[in-house]
Amino acid sequence: MLRLAALVLITLALSAAVNAAGVPRPVIDIAKPGQCIDTPEVMRRTHMDLLKHQRDKTMREGERHSKVSLNGCIECHASKQNGSVLGGPDNFCQGCHSYAAVKLDCFECHQPKAGYKAAGGKR
Amino acid sequence: MSEVTTSRRAFIGISATAAAATAGFVALAPGVKLMDLAQAHADSKGASSKVRWGMLIDTTKCATGCSDCVSACARENAIEPGSGRPAQSSQWIRKIELKEKKGGHRELSLPMLCQHCANPPCVDVCPTGASFQRADGIVLVDRHICIGCRYCVMACPYQARSFVHEPLHNQNPEVPRGQGCVESCTLCVHRVDKGESPACVESCTHQAMLFGDLNNPQSEIAQRVATVASSQIRADLRLDPGVRYQGI
Amino acid sequence: MAANANLVVYRELANKRAFWLIFFLCGLFVAGGFLAHLTMEHHGHVITGMDNRIVWGLPHVFAVFLIVAASGALNVASTASVFGKSIYKPLAPLSGLLSLALLTGGLTVLMLDLGRSDRIIVAATEYNFKSIFAWNVFLYTGFFAIVGAYLWTMMERRMNAFTKPLGVAAFIWRLVLTTGTGSIFGFLIAREAYQSALLAPMFISLSLSYGSAIYLLTLSAASAIDGRPLGEAIVRRLKNLLATFVAAALYFVAVFHLTNLYFTRNHGVENFILLDGGIFTGLFWLGQVGIGSVLPLILLLAPGVSRYRILIACSAIVIGGFCQMYVTIIGGQAWPLDLFPGFLASSSFFDGEIHGYAPSIWEALLGLGGVALAGAIVIVALKLLRFLPERMDDATLDPSHAKANAK
Repeated sequence: MLRLAALVLITLALSAAVNAAGVPRPVIDIAKPGQCIDTPEVMRRTHMDLLKHQRDKTMREGERHSKVSLNGCIECHASKQNGSVLGGPDNFCQGCHSYAAVKLDCFECHQPKAGYKAAGGKR
Repeated sequence: MSEVTTSRRAFIGISATAAAATAGFVALAPGVKLMDLAQAHADSKGASSKVRWGMLIDTTKCATGCSDCVSACARENAIEPGSGRPAQSSQWIRKIELKEKKGGHRELSLPMLCQHCANPPCVDVCPTGASFQRADGIVLVDRHICIGCRYCVMACPYQARSFVHEPLHNQNPEVPRGQGCVESCTLCVHRVDKGESPACVESCTHQAMLFGDLNNPQSEIAQRVATVASSQIRADLRLDPGVRYQGI
Repeated sequence: MAANANLVVYRELANKRAFWLIFFLCGLFVAGGFLAHLTMEHHGHVITGMDNRIVWGLPHVFAVFLIVAASGALNVASTASVFGKSIYKPLAPLSGLLSLALLTGGLTVLMLDLGRSDRIIVAATEYNFKSIFAWNVFLYTGFFAIVGAYLWTMMERRMNAFTKPLGVAAFIWRLVLTTGTGSIFGFLIAREAYQSALLAPMFISLSLSYGSAIYLLTLSAASAIDGRPLGEAIVRRLKNLLATFVAAALYFVAVFHLTNLYFTRNHGVENFILLDGGIFTGLFWLGQVGIGSVLPLILLLAPGVSRYRILIACSAIVIGGFCQMYVTIIGGQAWPLDLFPGFLASSSFFDGEIHGYAPSIWEALLGLGGVALAGAIVIVALKLLRFLPERMDDATLDPSHAKANAK
């Protein structure tokens, strides 16, 4: 259902963009580029499913060693400028999501920046 | 997708049979009881129902006025005081000071946190199933489907849950938390899954907190629970909390 | 009986000025409620009076009151279709309408107060069937469906034959629904102010009295707006019914507190509510018992009752109802959980302390928005559809009464 809605939205947004020919495609700034899981074409279409599938595995079953991991994505795909996947039209998540006009809800709770060091129990 | 699955399987080969992974484990978690870990990861895939994570808190060692566990929790889980009233900030763990009403007015100090009940009322009342229990007994909130109704806060007998009252930033990537959802102690599940112990336990300089697998008779916690008198808070409710207290 | 039904002519509200005035007023408060919701969603609940100890505040007082009253507003329709009192039949459509409007108002407040109201779709697709909240989702939507169909059979002459079975279904459903609402509190194991099976029947009895009072107020207002005559006999009957409901509700409240007073472990919380709970004690004795129960009983039962006195009694019941919800919901949370019986507890999280609550303007606006939404639905429906008989005098409602008078 959600996937369908997202696809419809993406298609609509893309076609609108093509028709208007005015909205420039985002130029994404990635700190460590490269292919990790699959080709960009596949990832663009399936990342939400992969993430959603893995989020339930990780959270409910404690399976934490998957290559598919939101934190894993952020570690490499954060921008060189601000170390985050959010911030502006160049940032990995925000750039594409605002281009496709799809609401991005992950970062209400998740950390969008790479390179976080947990403090741990010891001071 | 299948490729992903295969590589993941290969990667998750952390089990007694994968020597390399086991070695990685020792390096990952120095000083943590390996017996517990070996069992926890015996079937290689995350949380196992063979395990019941729990805690034994020795109130005779817990020092009045010491709040090392509270600050360690805040550091690890990036819990900061909010901008509102104190009662609107999250508290995953707190120190309770007790004074007996009758007799010699005995005084006690102890940390109170989510008790990770075997029969958690918060899970019972949650309308969407966002409050849930992992196979290893850890009670968590699925923030993806929490609607913020706060019924679990009403149902918890330990006042262990908090509601996030405002937008949050600077979360620990491994501890996502955000506005409008209910949260509570996760028993540092992200550390436990890596074979570490919760931050509060690690921080306690008085050795008042012991973490481990209650189901494993070889574990230190199971042996202590079997030999010393310990109690569960509000045991009358028969919720079978995973956190036990000694010396109350 | 059939001839009687045929004589009754239903009409939309004719008074345009009154309609626009009420519609505008309600619309203003609905807008205020929506603004409050947006503000709360943007800033988070940090701007409200609610916190981690009082997690359910003024919005819930409004919401639960409206939901409970919604079930009771169906009384007149139930009396007509289930208990066969045909004199109430012409007044039944308004009863169904009011019931749906109040439920809509209450549920809207409840939903807009959620931490993540944007995830309402989650609440409608993910269920934990052990949760009374999840059951309530079905009870509420089922109520809309059944009462909606019930209204249709009442207002579409060709469907009249199905009014009785649907009326019975709606009657049973609303008893279950209010049981569910009461059990939201009744099923809380560790809260001393709740955890009683008595809360379910108590909420049913409260719903009967709140709903009837609001119905009588709405009926009188509608009749006054359009100058439609409203018979003395029908008002007297409704008033007697109302007095019975108020007495029944008071009875359940008395038994509830007596039970708690007998159990030593509950003496603390009873002492808090009944004796030294400050605002809660005041609201209980003065609001819930005094204004909400004793005063209306005197006004309704003392000889020489007037229309004016009945309306005062109805308003007093509504005020008392809000006080009751405030005491039940906020008072019950203000009393601390007793984690360590026999010990005095203190902590940074307010263990062992009675907790205060000061509602913010946003909570009040949101709650009032729900009331206004119910009002707006009623007034729009009355204006657009034929819910109310043109004449509601005793002769129209009950021809046998007219004949008796003629003799």
